[in-house]
Amino acid sequence: MWESLATLDRRWIFLAMALAVAIPILIDRPFPESPTPQTKVVFDTVENLPPGSKIMLALDYDPGSAAELAPMATAFVRHCCLKRHKMYFLTLWPAGTPMIDANIRDIIKDEFADSKLVYGEDYVNLGFKPGNEVAIKLVANDLRKLYTSDVEGTNLDDIPMTRNINNVRDMDLVLNISAGYPGAKEWVQYAGTQGKLRLAVGCTGVQSPQMYPYFPDQVIGILAAIKGAAEYEAALGAKYEQYRDPTKTVAIKRMAPQLVAHLLMVGLIVLGNIVHFTTKRKAGTGAGR
Amino acid sequence: MTREAKIGYGLLLVGVLLLTAKGLFTEKGLAKAYVKPDRVAASKEVITYIGAKADEPQAVWSPSRTIGVWVAAFLTLACFSYLYRDNVCYKLAEAVIVGVSAGYTMVVGFWDSIIAQLMVELTPKLMQSWALPGIDVNKPPDWTYLVPLILGGMLFLRFVPKIGWLSQWPLAFVVGTFAGLRLVLFLDADFVSQIRNTLLPLIVLVDGRFDFWLTLRNWGIIVSLLSCLMYFFFSFEHKGVVGRVARFGVWVLMIAFGASFAFTVMGRITLLTKRFEFLFYEWLRL
Repeated sequence: MWESLATLDRRWIFLAMALAVAIPILIDRPFPESPTPQTKVVFDTVENLPPGSKIMLALDYDPGSAAELAPMATAFVRHCCLKRHKMYFLTLWPAGTPMIDANIRDIIKDEFADSKLVYGEDYVNLGFKPGNEVAIKLVANDLRKLYTSDVEGTNLDDIPMTRNINNVRDMDLVLNISAGYPGAKEWVQYAGTQGKLRLAVGCTGVQSPQMYPYFPDQVIGILAAIKGAAEYEAALGAKYEQYRDPTKTVAIKRMAPQLVAHLLMVGLIVLGNIVHFTTKRKAGTGAGR
Repeated sequence: MTREAKIGYGLLLVGVLLLTAKGLFTEKGLAKAYVKPDRVAASKEVITYIGAKADEPQAVWSPSRTIGVWVAAFLTLACFSYLYRDNVCYKLAEAVIVGVSAGYTMVVGFWDSIIAQLMVELTPKLMQSWALPGIDVNKPPDWTYLVPLILGGMLFLRFVPKIGWLSQWPLAFVVGTFAGLRLVLFLDADFVSQIRNTLLPLIVLVDGRFDFWLTLRNWGIIVSLLSCLMYFFFSFEHKGVVGRVARFGVWVLMIAFGASFAFTVMGRITLLTKRFEFLFYEWLRL
């Protein structure tokens, strides 16, 4: 048995992983989430800012990472709409523009249609700008050098909520949702060092370990991957009853496949080690490698 | 025909039959996309179509978007097929992704870099009348932008063998600029600030009372930091106390790598979850 396990075709493991992810999706039974301090501080900051505060939402991700980051962006935008903060959307990713459009269409225009949020007064889409970290530095120092108009081509001086905005320090909070380069790390390096800036980041799992050293001095909070998004949704649901609705907790739902898949991974790692050491002991030194 | 091929074709046939049955004999059927009319922008009257639910007012069935869902499902399954073995479907999906990404990036680069950043500064009136109506037409041309235009053009000189060496000048400019920019800000954000972040009290008092967990956390950070630094300190041989501390540093690094790997796994599983959600709910409508 040990020999057959040691030479097991890896495609059986792929199949097991597919089932571990697919079955919880079909069963659709979410598990409870509670926010960690890194997430709670971001939620509390958005919650405690006075209505009408200026929040920059830099959505630096594309469809490839939307699975992890779109629920996070949606939860942020929902929270900002609930608090009636002024939202300034921008992206440094060429494929990030549709991500902004989706949030504006689905959340601001559709879900919050009754709030009658007005473009140019409650939210503005500055769109995509190339330049990576140079663009961040310009936003930090002099936004007008980079942005003369919004995504529709309207001059910033003709838009009420951008008329008096000159740089990122005019914002009460910057929320960056990042899938890689340019993203959260560059916002810390190029905007965070330009004077006192309240910066919170939401990032992919791959990026998260790089971001933790910046917490809590250089970033006020971190939403790490889908877990961070689920925690934010949980915090939102704890405060606002309407957001306990399962159709509005995508990230919490996605944590169920995570749990089962991680249990499978742990089981496979333990089993792999048992097989390795057992076959090694049986066959003598060097066997099973 | 080999036994494996027979099994493969058999499974494919079963799949097609099941799909047909699902489409014909179930209430929900298979993927169908709907759209509804909308304005491009709040200030404009131009009509466009956006995604909608079937039961929304004004929603109409969109054949093109429905085909899009089926193409997306095929490409997803084609990518998954690589887990079994490399095959022509996977190669096709790979080529489509590379081609679409390159084309999209090129178009966005043209409009957002060359037009919106460069040409708008050199010929503002022309750009205002042609592409960007919102820009300030009274602004005079900024001729300093000829420098990036010329440097950008010089990049293409690599295709002219005799003067190909000139294409290295703009590269030198880019490398030099970024090196300078990054050095200063990296020193600030990732060196000085990081040192400051690790200057932590070893005994933490909150409201005058000893906080055991914060104290433990600070000790953990400082001991881990020092032991990792010791591992990369090669002026002494790693023996005795130095060796034991360096050994502890290796363990800390291993834990960090493990955490990093676990985060990566979490990200990848989320991507898989999203693709399954798409297949189950949007395509198969389970």
